[in-house]
Amino acid sequence: MDNLRNVSSNPHVRSRMTTQMIMMWVIIALLPAAGFGIYNFGVNALIVLALSVGTCVLMEFLFEKIVKKKVTVGDLSAVVTGLLLGMNLPPTAPFWLPVVGGFFAIIIVKMLFGGLGQNFMNPALGARCFLLISFPVYMNNFIIHAYTGATPLSALKEAQQAGDVTTALRNLNVMDMIIGRTSGVIGETSMIAIVIGACILILAGIIDLRIPGSYIVSFVIFLLIFGPDRSSAYISAQLSGGGLMLGAFFMATDYVSSPITSSGKYIYGCFLGIMTGIFRVLGASGEGVSYAIILGNLLVPIIERFTIPRAFGIQKEPKAKKEVEEA
Amino acid sequence: MPRATFPGGVHPYEGKELTMDKPMKTILPKGDMVYPVSQHIGAPAKPVVAVGDRVLTGQLIAEAGGFVSAPVYATVSGKVKAIEPRRLATGAMCNSIIVENDGLYEEVEWPRMKPVDEMTTEEKIEAIRNAGVVGMGGAGFPTAVKLAPKEPDKIEYVIANCAECEPYLTSDYRRMIEEPELVIGGLKIAVSLFPNAQGIIAIEDNKPEAIRKMTELTADEEKITVKALQTKYPQGGERMIIYACTGRSINSSMLPADAGCIVDNTDTLAAIYRAVTEGKPLMERIVTITGDAIVDPCNYKVRIGMNYRELIDDAGGFVTEPAKIISGGPMMGFAIFDLDVPTTKTASAMTCLTKDAVAEIEPSACINCAKCVEVCPERLIPKDLADAVEHNDEERFVRQYGVECIECGSCSYICPARRQLAQLIKGMRKIQLGKRAAAAKK
Repeated sequence: MDNLRNVSSNPHVRSRMTTQMIMMWVIIALLPAAGFGIYNFGVNALIVLALSVGTCVLMEFLFEKIVKKKVTVGDLSAVVTGLLLGMNLPPTAPFWLPVVGGFFAIIIVKMLFGGLGQNFMNPALGARCFLLISFPVYMNNFIIHAYTGATPLSALKEAQQAGDVTTALRNLNVMDMIIGRTSGVIGETSMIAIVIGACILILAGIIDLRIPGSYIVSFVIFLLIFGPDRSSAYISAQLSGGGLMLGAFFMATDYVSSPITSSGKYIYGCFLGIMTGIFRVLGASGEGVSYAIILGNLLVPIIERFTIPRAFGIQKEPKAKKEVEEA
Repeated sequence: MPRATFPGGVHPYEGKELTMDKPMKTILPKGDMVYPVSQHIGAPAKPVVAVGDRVLTGQLIAEAGGFVSAPVYATVSGKVKAIEPRRLATGAMCNSIIVENDGLYEEVEWPRMKPVDEMTTEEKIEAIRNAGVVGMGGAGFPTAVKLAPKEPDKIEYVIANCAECEPYLTSDYRRMIEEPELVIGGLKIAVSLFPNAQGIIAIEDNKPEAIRKMTELTADEEKITVKALQTKYPQGGERMIIYACTGRSINSSMLPADAGCIVDNTDTLAAIYRAVTEGKPLMERIVTITGDAIVDPCNYKVRIGMNYRELIDDAGGFVTEPAKIISGGPMMGFAIFDLDVPTTKTASAMTCLTKDAVAEIEPSACINCAKCVEVCPERLIPKDLADAVEHNDEERFVRQYGVECIECGSCSYICPARRQLAQLIKGMRKIQLGKRAAAAKK
């Protein structure tokens, strides 16, 4: 009886995919967009990204050391949070901004709620919204190098408020927006780079189109019904501008803060699309992805609760029978 | 046409190439034979021999202990040495008849059987019952009981479960390749029990040779068709194979017969054939001895009751000391710590692995990735069920259909956080099934 040979309950084999590998894929998929941000905005963007990643990893490590928990920075989730946060900051950010953001993301949103898997909202977005409210001046300063004007979306918003969207659209170069040669936060400007990353995630089986697809489709439908302009130029400017692509593929799909049920994913995606539309069309600001996703995160427990599927082979109870019983 | 399958499922490493192309070996036991009285679901069999008796090959040594039960037969000749509890591959202790093998293999006189065409349905079922045939895919449900549903007219399909979705196992495959006539013959007998039934031989498409052979041999059979299924675990699960073949779905409180189906495993059909045409009891089965720790992995035609250690020794023993020994395959099998266990009617394989994937990585926090939800063939949310078990929240477990779990282990297999999902769910499920049975008795 000296060798009990690791007796355990079945199954005795496991797939290769681990949490760490998933995070690794997300990091790889974020690199094209992050790389383009550095190329587009210069060395300041690189420093902001590095500070953000560094702060997040360090904060998680220190917190776990201080409260004497197992150190889990090896799962790379803090790197993903840091990278996403950095990509959501303007390239002009002062260097303390990513540090404060990283602290808020990891300590307040993630660790205080129990660490990985327990945070009820996306840590990077939580921190971005915190910074937007607390330091609006720094968060909305996009003037760097060649980019002296407003972001495409705020230009559109001003035009909408002035009642002349068509002229503003004529001044926008949608090609530049798709490639990413516009002002904005570090990681959101290039639609192409983000879509390349999204393809990587989809091919690796990390995400699928249920959330991003229903998000984007419902957003477009919202614009077609309630938008100030129904032209294809306006729609494509709305799609390629701002944080929509980055949000739809990389932040709305965050496992922890999105629904686990299949139908819940569609509902969640549609909710995000509609909320983003409301914020962008009816709100005071041109942007609304972050707030839409944060709000969506808060609804996830309710969505999950009402979308538990019936198990295989369980028939829907006939309604008539119930009514008879009640009567 | 899309290949027949079910939603969900996983694709573990198949490992079938180790034994797939090697012919079956017939092996005679040398040491003592152990016959547990419970090799099936239902009442244990009652021993009808005493210590010191001499028994012959094919002699009844324990009779059925009730309606849902099955008799046990000696598979060698020799003296009954003891009747005592022995450990089974499942880890449980079970009262067993131990026979000292005298190496003579003297047989009883086999009964003379009527030609199958002249037998009535009752006679056929009686022959299957007397032969002690049980579901040999693992569950061990007495086949005679399964073949006598309340309304035989309503059975439309008899499905030969030749999917063999469990990784590493090739015993059903070898049976189909080398003795297809037994499987087809068994299926024909099973189909003949039901006036409105047709037979379906369902095979996963990673076995093209078996599909080809079966299609060829059943070309003239009007009532039998061969269906290729997508290769995916747990395709051979009873509810999954019914869905793949007929589009009908059943739940935990239904029997396949409720969907007009009867499902029998490959080896079970072979045993049915022997029982009805030759009057021979269930005495042998095919066992796959496999895994990267085995020198010469192979399929054996084994006399039931033979010790596993003899099989491993014949397969050349171990290359290196295995980290894990599993009775059955890696998805559904039982890990064992002692090789001194007998083969039983339901023992399909012994898988010896040099690497233990379970011990390698510690479970970590769930990240809500929904992979368990996507692979669950029962459309459950394994993550929620496991959480409910950890919080001892029975109400939530039942509300979220925890009882419907088929214990296939796909959720544990896929979980990137390496949570022991299936293990948690299984424990609670047993408690709830017990409660359900108790409530039904009242």
